[in-house]
Amino acid sequence: MSIQIRDESCIGCGRCVEVCPGNLLKQDASGKAYIRHERDCWGCTSCIKACRSGAILFFLGADIGGGGSTLSVEKKGDLNLWNITTPQGSIRQIAVNPKESNQY
Amino acid sequence: MRQQEIETDVLIVGGGTAGCFAAITLGREKGLRVLVAEKANISRSGCLAAGVNAINAYITEGKTPQDYVEYAKEDADGIVREDLLLSMSERLNHVAEEMERLGLVILKDEQGKYVTRGERNIKINGENIKPLLAQAVREQENVTVMNHVNMTDYIVDQNRIYGAIGFDVNQEIFYYIKARAVICTAGGAAGLYRPNNPGFSRHKMWYCPFNTGAGYAMGIRAGAEMTTFEMRFIALRCKDTIAPTGTIAQGVSAKQLNSKGEIYEQRYGIKTSQRVYGTVMENRAGRGPCYLKTDGISRKQEQDLYKAYLNMAPSQTLKWIESGKGPREENVEIEGTEPYIVGGHTASGYWVDNQRQTTIRGLFAAGDVAGGCPQKYVTGALAEGEIAAESVCVFLRETEKNTGDLKQEAQAAQREMRMREFAGRKKQEYERYLSNQAGVLSTEQLEETMQKLMDQYAGGISTGYCYSESSLLVVQKKLPFLEKLANGLSAKDMDDLLRIYELRERLTVCKVVVAHLLARKETRWHSFAENLDYPKKHPKWQKYINSRMERGKIQIIVRELVTGGDVYEHSNTG
Repeated sequence: MSIQIRDESCIGCGRCVEVCPGNLLKQDASGKAYIRHERDCWGCTSCIKACRSGAILFFLGADIGGGGSTLSVEKKGDLNLWNITTPQGSIRQIAVNPKESNQY
Repeated sequence: MRQQEIETDVLIVGGGTAGCFAAITLGREKGLRVLVAEKANISRSGCLAAGVNAINAYITEGKTPQDYVEYAKEDADGIVREDLLLSMSERLNHVAEEMERLGLVILKDEQGKYVTRGERNIKINGENIKPLLAQAVREQENVTVMNHVNMTDYIVDQNRIYGAIGFDVNQEIFYYIKARAVICTAGGAAGLYRPNNPGFSRHKMWYCPFNTGAGYAMGIRAGAEMTTFEMRFIALRCKDTIAPTGTIAQGVSAKQLNSKGEIYEQRYGIKTSQRVYGTVMENRAGRGPCYLKTDGISRKQEQDLYKAYLNMAPSQTLKWIESGKGPREENVEIEGTEPYIVGGHTASGYWVDNQRQTTIRGLFAAGDVAGGCPQKYVTGALAEGEIAAESVCVFLRETEKNTGDLKQEAQAAQREMRMREFAGRKKQEYERYLSNQAGVLSTEQLEETMQKLMDQYAGGISTGYCYSESSLLVVQKKLPFLEKLANGLSAKDMDDLLRIYELRERLTVCKVVVAHLLARKETRWHSFAENLDYPKKHPKWQKYINSRMERGKIQIIVRELVTGGDVYEHSNTG
């Protein structure tokens, strides 16, 4: 599993670099974030939650069943909206209210 | 490298679950300067980065802390410290309430009581638990947080701690931190063995792969006594994503099922190690793959599982959606992970007294680094962070009484010289890596070699977690050679230097794991320590296996169990 950072969306704020628990992300000379250690990502999605511009996508490697879909998360009011986008472009959204407890 | 010196009263090494809670507790002592050194950023570092789905260590109504002690003792087949378990258990509910006060959402019933899940669990929304802890740390006026600072060595003189040494992971800064007391909360050790998916997806949501055993390694090198490193932890997890299974097993009461459609868990028992062992044995007997039986759960339950995993291990939800089949339609395949050393689940770690002081005076340990006290989970780590912080306050008050005479001042000046010499040598060591010419071997190659050796000769996934004395002796011989090769590695920047030190820490921990596996000549816990030379357990080994590094050699110390109402006190610390 790992992440992909879309260069065109990255605003160079460095928040993802700051928060990554594995120090895996760095900024290039122009300030754009990139993942220096792609195979060391553990899928915590901290960077995705920290990103202001929705530039970061999470995906599963093919070795663990990934088929090219991506996962991103955006905040809308009180809700965390998790979007799963297939390679064909269809989107499935799951809304999680952080104020509601898990049922399990 | 630029050198920066810092002086503080209490240094906390690692700002994860236990470290943050220790810092929050010390926030009450306004006169104390507290410094948290964290190699990433406390906002999301450590085990709780993605969140946690439930509080798994809680004393539910009708149960007592002693019941929790009995449960943990039974699960570990007796090799626990009952004094530590009890002092932790007595605080589990209090720290859960503290977390609620900090903003954690805990599910309550109409009477305002926490809703329980199973016998020891309560339901929460823990996606933001780490940011909540980090926020509370930042609010403490007397606490300073240094993010992106990696500590590598304690400063110890005559078995008393005086601080620690480390470096900035981004800039060429050497840190010399003087402290009157240190709390180690650096987490367990992942990445010792070859992982489930050694390729692209080698890291996974469980267990934090950035917990590289630094806390253990620093203690081992400084001569601290360690306990029960032979009790490895192997987690039974959702196949491939290695997402936790408890949410499914307890949430929708899913049982372990083999490919013949038989529920097999009762054949082997339901202790943590037996659940793993049973799955290994079913596979070996040709009745694999194994599953958690989820087919037939309701659409609502499936939706709730999707949400629960997004709050803890998002990869599992993505996997379900991407495969086109959710748990309602398809059982969830399970597998064991590679072995870890993690004192929050098993009993590996520093040998501490009931105040959580290690055998090095002034050095305290809490959370995954602290031994003897398994089944901590999140609340146990918080409880130990609190105990260690309170003990540090008592320790500092007592040492204050004994300072000030002239003889001591002369000794202090000499000590300062020795400490500076040590720091100078460490700085040279860092600089050597930064100036080494790059050779043909990389840190990654050596890491993979270590993991392969541990896998094949010290009971990894490929041998069904089994080892023998002769296989252990092979890896025991090879680890020092890897250490030698690691000395020649080259770092072109601080990020490279961090990876080199993570490898070195793991190699140190591996050596101790192998020494402990050799020392326990029995099989007390299937899979966790499956010794082919001694396939049965033996009453003779109803004891702790401890160890201490002396002049580079690991010495094994066998100790009698601390049971009943006994409380262990160190007798050998000066």
